[in-house]
Amino acid sequence: MSEEAKAKILEYMKTQKKTKLYFNDLCKAVPELKMREAKKVLNELVEEGKVKYWSSGSTTLYMLPGEDDVAAEEEKMK
Amino acid sequence: MALKHATPMLDELEKGPWPSFVTDIKRMAARKPMCEDLLGLLEMSYEHKEGHWKHGGIVGVFGYGGGVIGRYCDRPDLFPNVAHFHTMRVNQPASKFYSTEALRKLCDIWEEHGSGLTNMHGSTGDCILLGTTTDQLEPIFYRLTHELGMDLGGSGSNMRTPEGCVGRARCEWSCLDTQDIIYDITIKYQDELHRPMFPYKFKFKASGCPNDCVAAIARADCSIIGTWRDKIRIDQEAVRAYVGGELVPNGGSHGFEKRKLDIQKEVIDLCPTRCMEWDGKNLKIWDEDCTRCMHCINVMPRALRPGTDVGATILCGAKAPILEGAQLSSVIIPFMKMEPPYEEFHEFVEKMWDWWMENGKNRERLGELIQRLGLREFLKAVEVQPDPRMINTPRFNPYIFYDPADVPGGWERDAKAYRERHHA
Ligand code: HEM
Ligand code: HEM
Ligand code: SF4
Ligand code: SF4
Repeated sequence: MSEEAKAKILEYMKTQKKTKLYFNDLCKAVPELKMREAKKVLNELVEEGKVKYWSSGSTTLYMLPGEDDVAAEEEKMK
Repeated sequence: MALKHATPMLDELEKGPWPSFVTDIKRMAARKPMCEDLLGLLEMSYEHKEGHWKHGGIVGVFGYGGGVIGRYCDRPDLFPNVAHFHTMRVNQPASKFYSTEALRKLCDIWEEHGSGLTNMHGSTGDCILLGTTTDQLEPIFYRLTHELGMDLGGSGSNMRTPEGCVGRARCEWSCLDTQDIIYDITIKYQDELHRPMFPYKFKFKASGCPNDCVAAIARADCSIIGTWRDKIRIDQEAVRAYVGGELVPNGGSHGFEKRKLDIQKEVIDLCPTRCMEWDGKNLKIWDEDCTRCMHCINVMPRALRPGTDVGATILCGAKAPILEGAQLSSVIIPFMKMEPPYEEFHEFVEKMWDWWMENGKNRERLGELIQRLGLREFLKAVEVQPDPRMINTPRFNPYIFYDPADVPGGWERDAKAYRERHHA
């Protein structure tokens, strides 16, 4: 069940225009899950390195790793 | 010592009688090139009247969504040593009790891996370590956890590091074991602390009594404030000693000279509910009307003490944003015993979070959501009965809690049609 939910979330993230998504928005990918359940699934995705946190300091968003990885992000800042 | 950058404007801030953060940073700059560039960058900001930090990023330690706040300078060409200047939030011990050994160790770790600059403590309560680079984050985290048994605190859309007043450890007024409550929340909600899932930040703060030394009522989404259900304990002998000038009022906080306390003017007339009386010999308190404001106890600490049937008032919805919309917490649970294992409190917290997560918009604090959907909706979600103590002046507005479902027969009301006939 959790694998299925993970796949749905990843698929949803790939199809969004925005690269950074709020937790609330990600929950739309798995409407059948309670938010606290959806959160567990997301935690697993983070642990597996398939989803990354992005934080402004006051707000946190989720994004896919890849081209926006830390090194790349920092490289772009130079 | 000659610093790399000239800082004429910052130098002004070293003049005058006050301690100066510029002097502090300069002292560190002698050892840390990072601090030299920090001063240069700040001087440039003063010149341009504009900040030169970029906010946010994906930096963090593995598996944690909070505790590191990514900060980058927008002119790394001029100030390469502060190209990265990330903040780390370290979860402070409950009530901020440290051993000097732990403080020294913490500073040593930070000088080795970061700028050496700290902010003890931030308004969140955390111990704030200012300025490090991405490659140092994991080594610092490893040393904090392994050498000091300390953890990172909260940032972003998660439960923030909970904070409590000094409580029973040092204060005779405390009605709560604030350290135990803060520790319990920290451990019970580790996931919420480290892995963001909320619409926005969420803060718990616990004060042992209504003096509220951590300003929970003004800053916490959920404030836990100590109170008592029975009577204020009165030592009539000591009351007479204050009136007779044998004891110094206010515990000496307004001067240590002995003087006769004008009990009528300084205590009785200032009681917000006028529930006290002094007949020249004895003090009488009508405790059923006392709102536990602490005033009389603060003035005569040797004579008056909180009762012994103690617990907490749970309030929700405060926020203290930088720009606008400051809001105080509202009473939600007038009295809860608040004893380990705190099951009643945990149940309440989880209902509250479920409602906020389901209904909150992105970046909407709990207090804003309560305002948007109404206190009644919130009370339904947390299964708490409406109570006059939840509103400031219940007599002025006795109708707000009536729900057709609760009234036999109910009623139907078309508010829109009514407003067409009666303009607001
Ligand atoms: C001997 C007859 C009455 C006495 C002694 C009396 C007394 C009072 C008192 C003392 C209050 C203030 C309560 C408070 O807010 O503390 C009050 C309020 C009120 N009374 Fe009476 N009353 C009487 C008859 C009536 C009648 C016949 C009506 C209506 C037909 C009425 C309607 C009201 C209303 C609407 C309020 C305001 C309630 C509120 O603000 O919550 N009263 N009355
Ligand atoms: C020209 C006619 C009237 C005017 C201008 C008037 C005006 C007012 C005002 C300004 C208030 C205070 C509202 C507030 O505190 O926000 C009030 C309260 C009240 N009025 Fe009137 N009123 C009128 C007629 C009536 C009549 C005919 C009745 C009853 C038969 C009535 C019953 C009451 C009651 C019970 C309250 C107290 C409501 C409460 O305590 O919440 N009024 N009125
Ligand atoms: S809030 Fe009350 S109990 Fe806590 S330190 Fe202040 S006076 Fe003491
Ligand atoms: S605590 Fe405040 S309200 Fe209660 S009796 Fe003392 S002064 Fe009055």
